[in-house]
Amino acid sequence: MPVMNMVTAVNAALRQEMRRDDRVVVLGEDVGVNGGVFRATEGLYQEFGGERVIDTPLTESGIVGAAVGMALYGLRPVPEIQFLDFIYPAFDQVVSEMAKYRYRSGGQYTCPVVLRTPYGGGVRGGHYHSQSTEAYFCHTPGLVVIVPSTPYDTKGLLTAALRGEDPVIFLEPKRLYRATKDEVPDDDYVVPIGKARTVREGSHLTLICYGAMVPVAEEAAAKAAEHDVEVEVIDLRTLVPLDVDAIIESVKKTGRVVILHEAAKTGGFGGEIAALIAERAVDSLEAPIVRVAGYDTPFPYTLEHLYMPDVARVSDAIKKVVEYH
Amino acid sequence: MVEGVLQVMESALEARDDKKKKGKPEIDLSDDQIKEIYRAMVLTRALEERGTALQRQGRIGFYIGSWGQEAAQIGSAYALRKDDWIFSAYREAGTALLRGIPVRHLVAQCLGNADDPARGRQMPCHYTFRKANFASVSSPIGTQIIQAAGTGMAMKYRKKDSVCISYFGDGATSSNDFHSGLNFAGVFKAPVIFLCTNNQWAISLPVSKQTASESIAAKAVAYGMPGVRVDGNDVLAVYKVTRDAVERARNGEGPTLIEALTCRMGPHSTADDPTRYGGDREAECWREKDPIERLRHFMEVRNGWTKEDDEKVWEDARGEVARAVSEEERVALPPLNSLFEDVYEKVPPHLVEQRDELLRIHPPKPAKDEGDDYKFP
Repeated sequence: MPVMNMVTAVNAALRQEMRRDDRVVVLGEDVGVNGGVFRATEGLYQEFGGERVIDTPLTESGIVGAAVGMALYGLRPVPEIQFLDFIYPAFDQVVSEMAKYRYRSGGQYTCPVVLRTPYGGGVRGGHYHSQSTEAYFCHTPGLVVIVPSTPYDTKGLLTAALRGEDPVIFLEPKRLYRATKDEVPDDDYVVPIGKARTVREGSHLTLICYGAMVPVAEEAAAKAAEHDVEVEVIDLRTLVPLDVDAIIESVKKTGRVVILHEAAKTGGFGGEIAALIAERAVDSLEAPIVRVAGYDTPFPYTLEHLYMPDVARVSDAIKKVVEYH
Repeated sequence: MVEGVLQVMESALEARDDKKKKGKPEIDLSDDQIKEIYRAMVLTRALEERGTALQRQGRIGFYIGSWGQEAAQIGSAYALRKDDWIFSAYREAGTALLRGIPVRHLVAQCLGNADDPARGRQMPCHYTFRKANFASVSSPIGTQIIQAAGTGMAMKYRKKDSVCISYFGDGATSSNDFHSGLNFAGVFKAPVIFLCTNNQWAISLPVSKQTASESIAAKAVAYGMPGVRVDGNDVLAVYKVTRDAVERARNGEGPTLIEALTCRMGPHSTADDPTRYGGDREAECWREKDPIERLRHFMEVRNGWTKEDDEKVWEDARGEVARAVSEEERVALPPLNSLFEDVYEKVPPHLVEQRDELLRIHPPKPAKDEGDDYKFP
């Protein structure tokens, strides 16, 4: 079985679907001849030509707006926004057009755009190449929001997204692009959208995370195990629709919860998870829910390693919650 | 590239009187086609008369019309085939009527009832008619311009000879999406006709405050496409320039920007008061240029159109609208559970939960066969 990192997994999913379905086209800045600044679309231009792997003018609202128009005509456009931090010129096309087209047309049109974009810090890119602003998109009805954390899930989830009818924000944790490797089947498979993955089972505490924070959570859980604290790590994989059942089931088992994300704390998706747990499983809780998140500052440059949650901060939260009586 | 303002109607009449005159633009429309255009313009205005009245009476929440702009939309849409796509702004209801969408469906949309093909999801005049290749109308200005470029790119990829037309006003030429739309279409030679209905106003702002450019058509130069100015109240001239642009697009020669000079003879919408900024005075001086009056005059001179012919067209149009209103006012609102549909392909678990809560707290009332207690929003 071939070994892939996240970049090659993205590439494999795109290639597989483009071979299988001539509706799939890729567009964005530098995605063609250059193969994308992270090389996610490498070789696609050579295989499928400039008609399907389209180097566009430098305007995010144009990339997404054109993708919407293509989707309405029956294509499956896959726009790449070079960094999530650059998406804001396209925000209107994402939240008012791509997300709402099906609803506002009474289902006459669908808008199956799969928008890929790298997000998150850890690449010394300052705040224009590092932010995690998934909450904006989770707050927008009509969008599916996917955040994979492994090469296997990346290929399977992207494949599922490209075969669905819904508009998708596909957030790729750029810090993990080349950091993890998996055996990824050459065959075509899908990882279902809306299903969380239990990364590690445990009975003392539920640690909920996604994307770039999953390896941090795994390391913190391994450290906790050295102190006989068994942490159950849940990788959400999809934020909308959210696998609420997986969360609640685990919380009922452990009674203690830490929520971990890289995004700024205030208004972050962790607040939503905490509220859902409070609504559905408050009787099972034996300690307050604790969030570990990015600080409520702009994303820094020099001190980024202190901004992003690390194993020490997660371990501190685990200790606090486990020791609460 | 950008020359004078094209007019056809008056010179065609002159040419008719003086057979020796040469170089006048020919009109290749039959008498029946001209009548079809006229009927569509009248029906558009009749719908607006009634729509505005319904709003004043509190029977619909809002109406946004195109009084005085009927020629720009009907003349251009008449140059299209049915497989060509229309990306309209919110003043081009007439293009849907021209494509055979029944008046009832437009009225149903304004009422937001169960007959609305868009299921009551948007405020009045924000139509979607997929059957007519009429894309969904958005309130934010200019968003449809770049989408039309994308659809045009898709048509080209699919090797179709269809084209897109994108309508927008003078205000929209300031938007990001105007720039990206024309830029994309220019770069990719997409088969798109950008039709700017320059009605001189963006709510309260005159076009001189919108751009320092000598014209809107002049902007085409920077995007590498032809820009033409046309008398937007001369329906035959609008038809001619659009037909030429459509032909270029079908032949793979790329997009065209058309600036149709016209006038907003009414308010921006039913929520607007043009006396606050002088918009009413300017509209007054355009009344003599009313595109419907001009075409009627043309038909009288050229086609022997009579007062009786004219009365019949108006009567038919007003009658059709009145019937549509009385039928549609009896139709119920969309069912409660439709609130949660079409957000996603399938209703996801969290929306199922929210739907069930709504149905528990506000159980649906038994269906009435007549809408006697129907309340308009």
